[in-house]
Amino acid sequence: MVKDEKESANRPDNTAFTQQRLPAWQPMLSAGIIIPGFVLIGLAFIGIGVVLFISSRSIQVLEMDYTGVEQKSACFKCSDPTVKDCICSLEFSIDSLFKGPVFMYYGLSNYFQNYRRYGVSKDYNQLYGDLTYFKTPSDTCAPYVYDKNKPIVPCGSIANSMFNDTFRLYQSVGTNGTKKQVPFDGKGIAWWTDYNIKYRNPSVVPLMDAFNGTTKPIFWSKTAYELDPTDPNNNGFINEDFLVWMRRAALPDFRKLYRRITAGDYAEGLPAGNYSLEISYNYPVLSFGGRKKVVFSNVSWMGGRNEFLGIAYLVIGALCVFMSIVMLIVYAKFKFPDDE
Amino acid sequence: MLRRRLNRLLGGDERRVDNRTIYIGHRSCPASEVFIPPKFCDNRIVSSKYTVWNFLPKNLFEQFRRIANFYFLIIFLVQVIVDTPTSPVTSGLPLFFVITVTAIKQGYEDWLRHKADNEVNKYPVTVLEDGRRINKESEKIKVGDVVEVKEDETFPCDLILLQSSRDDGTCFVTTASLDGESNHKTHYMVPDTEKDLEALNATIECEQPQPDLYKFTGRMHIYKNNQEPAVSPLGPENLLLKGATLKNTQKICGVAVYTGMETKMALNYQGKSQKRSAVEKSINAFLLVYLCILVSKALVCTTLKYVWQSNPGHDEPWYNEKTQREKDTNLYLKMFTDFLSFMVLFNFIIPVSMYVTVEMQKFLGSFFITWDKDFFDPEIEEGALVNTSDLNEELGQVEYVFTDKTGTLTQNNMEFIECCIDGFQYKYRDVSTELDGFCVTDGPVSKLQEKAGREKEELFLRALCLCHTVQVKEATEQCQGQGDGLIDQVDGLGVDGEVHQLLQEQRGFIASSPDEIALVKGAMRYGFTYLGLESKTMKIMNRHSEIEMYELLHVLNFDPVRRRMSVIVRSRSGDTLLFCKGADSSIFPRVRQEEVERIRMHVERNATEGYRTLCVAFKRLSAEEYAQADEGLREARLAMQDREERLMAVYNQVETGMSLIGATAVEDRLQEEAAETMEALQGAGMKVWVLTGDKMETAKSTCYACRLFQKNTELLELTVRTLEDESKTREQRLHDLLLEYHKKAVQDALPIKAGVTRSWSMSNQDYGFIIDGATLTMVFNSSESNSSSYKSLLLQICQNCTAVLCCRMAPLQKAQIVKMVKNSKGSPITLSIGDGANDVSMILEAHVGIGIKGKEGRQAVRNSDYAIPKLKHLKKLLLAHGHLYYVRIAHLVQYFFYKNLCFILPQFLYQFFCGYSQQPLYDAAYLTMYNICFTSMPILAYSLLEQHICIEVLLDNATLYREIAKNAMLRWGPFLYWTLLGVFHGLLFFFGVRCLFSNPALQDNGQVFGNWSYGTIVFTVLVFTVTLKLALDTRHWTWINHFVIWGSLAFYVFFSFFWGGIIWPFLKQQRLYFVFANMLSSVSAWLVIILLILLSLLPEILLVVLRKPRGPHARQKKLAQSSVGGLQSPRSSARPLLMRTFSDESNTVI
Repeated sequence: MVKDEKESANRPDNTAFTQQRLPAWQPMLSAGIIIPGFVLIGLAFIGIGVVLFISSRSIQVLEMDYTGVEQKSACFKCSDPTVKDCICSLEFSIDSLFKGPVFMYYGLSNYFQNYRRYGVSKDYNQLYGDLTYFKTPSDTCAPYVYDKNKPIVPCGSIANSMFNDTFRLYQSVGTNGTKKQVPFDGKGIAWWTDYNIKYRNPSVVPLMDAFNGTTKPIFWSKTAYELDPTDPNNNGFINEDFLVWMRRAALPDFRKLYRRITAGDYAEGLPAGNYSLEISYNYPVLSFGGRKKVVFSNVSWMGGRNEFLGIAYLVIGALCVFMSIVMLIVYAKFKFPDDE
Repeated sequence: MLRRRLNRLLGGDERRVDNRTIYIGHRSCPASEVFIPPKFCDNRIVSSKYTVWNFLPKNLFEQFRRIANFYFLIIFLVQVIVDTPTSPVTSGLPLFFVITVTAIKQGYEDWLRHKADNEVNKYPVTVLEDGRRINKESEKIKVGDVVEVKEDETFPCDLILLQSSRDDGTCFVTTASLDGESNHKTHYMVPDTEKDLEALNATIECEQPQPDLYKFTGRMHIYKNNQEPAVSPLGPENLLLKGATLKNTQKICGVAVYTGMETKMALNYQGKSQKRSAVEKSINAFLLVYLCILVSKALVCTTLKYVWQSNPGHDEPWYNEKTQREKDTNLYLKMFTDFLSFMVLFNFIIPVSMYVTVEMQKFLGSFFITWDKDFFDPEIEEGALVNTSDLNEELGQVEYVFTDKTGTLTQNNMEFIECCIDGFQYKYRDVSTELDGFCVTDGPVSKLQEKAGREKEELFLRALCLCHTVQVKEATEQCQGQGDGLIDQVDGLGVDGEVHQLLQEQRGFIASSPDEIALVKGAMRYGFTYLGLESKTMKIMNRHSEIEMYELLHVLNFDPVRRRMSVIVRSRSGDTLLFCKGADSSIFPRVRQEEVERIRMHVERNATEGYRTLCVAFKRLSAEEYAQADEGLREARLAMQDREERLMAVYNQVETGMSLIGATAVEDRLQEEAAETMEALQGAGMKVWVLTGDKMETAKSTCYACRLFQKNTELLELTVRTLEDESKTREQRLHDLLLEYHKKAVQDALPIKAGVTRSWSMSNQDYGFIIDGATLTMVFNSSESNSSSYKSLLLQICQNCTAVLCCRMAPLQKAQIVKMVKNSKGSPITLSIGDGANDVSMILEAHVGIGIKGKEGRQAVRNSDYAIPKLKHLKKLLLAHGHLYYVRIAHLVQYFFYKNLCFILPQFLYQFFCGYSQQPLYDAAYLTMYNICFTSMPILAYSLLEQHICIEVLLDNATLYREIAKNAMLRWGPFLYWTLLGVFHGLLFFFGVRCLFSNPALQDNGQVFGNWSYGTIVFTVLVFTVTLKLALDTRHWTWINHFVIWGSLAFYVFFSFFWGGIIWPFLKQQRLYFVFANMLSSVSAWLVIILLILLSLLPEILLVVLRKPRGPHARQKKLAQSSVGGLQSPRSSARPLLMRTFSDESNTVI
């Protein structure tokens, strides 16, 4: 090859990129791909949907409202905000074995934990165990920074409004009405990372000393370091109930994990029988039109009961199959005669 | 400026306002008693915008003048001042980024300008001061300084030539850096100046600085020993412009007249007016819609918030008490701050990054034009040039193409074809050339049946040799000797092709117009060789190898208004002769009528064959006549006011009563693939208008040759010729014709065309319209009431014609036409293409101006938006590049709005579930990064690389261009579609996750998810969906697309892990800690993410498929149709004929 053409400095580079000729894959969504694709997706979705639906259906849920709005309800007497230290109990029966492990949730509705000002009203550094913020909590905690000139620890609206109803579950055994307490397991109800990393108590022994010169949140009846008298590792900022509360709910109707029933006779679940739930009713919700409930539920691999996913998968799967049939008809009518 | 205005206000000397007086060498002159050195600006060139001190404030000010930047600044300030849901960082960071990058870019550019300025300003120059030569820095030159410049140096300021080292008082200059014309121009010394510059005592009076490079008027008063001062006129030929380079001259001395920013170069430096593309206008319209959406969203939320809060339980529940400050704030102030907070929360709907991405896309995208090797022309060794990248997409929207003829449709490569002397035809033919059938009538050998008298012949050839402004390249002089003895007698006139080929090669001519070279070369073939101009004497060598000398007395320059030029020479024998050549229309009225008829026939025949014709006339001036003319010319040249008009008057007076001696025909060949290009443009739905200064017949035949007019095209002619009617006045005739044509082309055609916009169907009668300059003037200038109606009639006719030819146009009229179409109904996108200085006005006027790097200098290229070497490149530029750019940017814009709508909509919906508290759904990091990192790269890659239809197909099927015509992808329809898609996706994302969260226990250990998990799931679905949506739209997957699409998804996952995997010490909250990882540990979250992504994309896939049976099918059919149509079209049947008459002829090498 004789190159009689001189390469000029101005000549553009003859590369695939500069000439817009990079090798390219040019996918064409043709009916040949789409129709089988739709069928496959549809069938897969229907399959997943069926599995989801069945497993969601297999989850047992027991939900009880105990706000006490109606007069006949057991907790009506406690719903009056002037009544202090009120205890009411809810009777219920289970017909068949409530398979374990059983999870007990408390639920609140019309409660805006996702309110912005509420959400920012905490001091992360304090909750990480930084003692300097015990003395001077961050302004974000307003209006719960100081109480009678003493810094509030833990400060802020979220901590202040921590849910403080407590529950005890009894099973009626025998005919004489003796009650047997169902043991609750309060461990592992909060995120592992919250308990182990994100929230820290100050490394002061005993923990109580760290709280010198501070005061408890206004709404609280106990100080932070004596939230759980039974377990020293469940006090202060790493109290699991506290951690569960501090993880703000996404929606105004929410539930939060209270206890698990995993131990003793109830490891396999709650056997059929009569139960009574003793509630120490402290948390006021009627002032803002809220509701309180307890939920017993077991979980599957997909979490708690939620039929949305199963139904959605079934519907979409069915739609896909249906559309592929429609497309097939459309193509049979319009395309094939002309083809070839 | 201010000073000048002050001067005017103070009623200073009137003359000083319009003229400036310069004292050469700062010597006071005897005439003026008091020597007040006038103050002029120094010779510093300042092209930079900033200094170190004002850079920051000035640059920031200029950046924030852009409405978008200002908007983001306001949002940022609101975030800083008011307590808002997102930290100022979220909008401050992107803004800071954008501003910084722009500032760095502009700063760098300005630094380069500073460097260039310094180079110029510090350049050492030699100044003569009181007889001493002083070296100075260029910036220190003052007006009045006498500056010495050596060979190959550039002039430091505008100088009046006082002294040259050449004997004849001339110097040669190239103005390549000013107007791109690389030929040597001759400039003349001021006559009568003394050799001794020290003793020179003179003042120069000249006009105030003005930017026209080719205009200068002034006069010089020279004082000698208290005599009455001698006055010499100064014109552009005495002025050496800053930026030009001295050539072939050892050194010159000149006096500085304009310095620094007042030089013509600096005055020409001013930036061009900004053209804005239609896409940009669409963006602004969409922006307005989104701004309305934003404001209405904020208003809705604010209103609902206060409605909702009127319920006492909601306003201040015990768990969420207000702070004291909140309680104290005024209700209305609170409302206002709430409104602002919502604005801030939703402001991401208008992304900063869109502007950056669009700019980047345009900037980077334009490289593909410069890089395209198809645009590379080996002849001039240059490719395409992009002067602005703002108009890339406009190339895909062109509806009207205005093209110049000479140099654009034709090559401007002139070839002397034949001449006609005294009514007899002389056709030069090369012996080696094959004869074509159609030429047979001319005889196989160029044996002329009849010949004009020898005297007439020689007079004609002398005229050709003398009447021009051609220069001879000096290097070739030594070769003369060889050619001398070789001239022989062939073709009745004595031509030897080979020898002259030799001579032609040896002899280089330089001229501003290629016609002149062709004529001089033509004369050479017939034995008259022009040897050059030496000290006002023109030398020609006649057939007998004798050298004839003529003293050049005056050159009456060519101008487009007169359309002719003349020279006045004095022969050895003492006769004063005037030779004039020019367009027939400008010559015929000035010669004796009986001579015209014989030649008119030839001229018209040549014109119909597509040749450029010139008529040559001459006149013998008597001594009195000459004296009168000479005086008139000198006077006019000295005039300070209206010099042009006065000169014109003298010219017109001199050029009368001539006798016609002949005519010439010069062929201008069609550009390569001119016809194919025009056909493609018309096929693409563009209307091609030819605007030319040429004769109607010539232009018409070019139009036929370019297939703009077809055989079956009915021509509607509105020219001076058709207006001639004895019974009616011209105005009446114009009125009648306009109405008639309107009826024909518009009213009768309407019912067929109704419903089909821009139709160009074969079955319809094609109309071609021809109008000339004079008639156009009549249309525009007709009485007030008629003018607008005539104009609209004309416009309607033209718009219904497939091709329009406007001939005999002055440059300004070209711009007028472009403007008329540009401002017509529907404001169509116009494109002008041209190569010469006479096209600059229309190039600047049209939406897109394209310059051809042709032979008529670089003025068109400098003023164009894009420049290409050849006309044929226009096809690819429009059909491939323009189409792709448009599709790319349109998709980019729509996609950007879409992705931000479905980004912000869930956040808006979330307000309904969080008590209108401005709680953000997504974490601040996600809000900030969404547009910058997660979704920006794929769309940028798409908008640079996408080829929804590959380039070859685009080039082959011009009709594809019509699919995107009229801004098809950015009209309200597609915009609505994208907006609805965004709304659909946003609703789906939010409510899908909302349904899932009806039970927030989503993990198999029974633990519940909080609000940040909610946001993260929505955000994950969002990022995946918008990216996959783009993947679905991508038709051209290069490795880059794969890399950025999958890369940004991977980056998102990686970033989320990273962001949630560490306790960040500088953050006040760790709200995202492990949220993403926890989300991934939940099977339900996975399932809902997959479900929502698929559900969002399924309708899209479905649409693609349902459109499919029509898609390829219709295209196939269309193709089949057009090919069938093409076969049946009369065009192809007409082709043989056209080829016979035009194409072949124009391709014949004679």
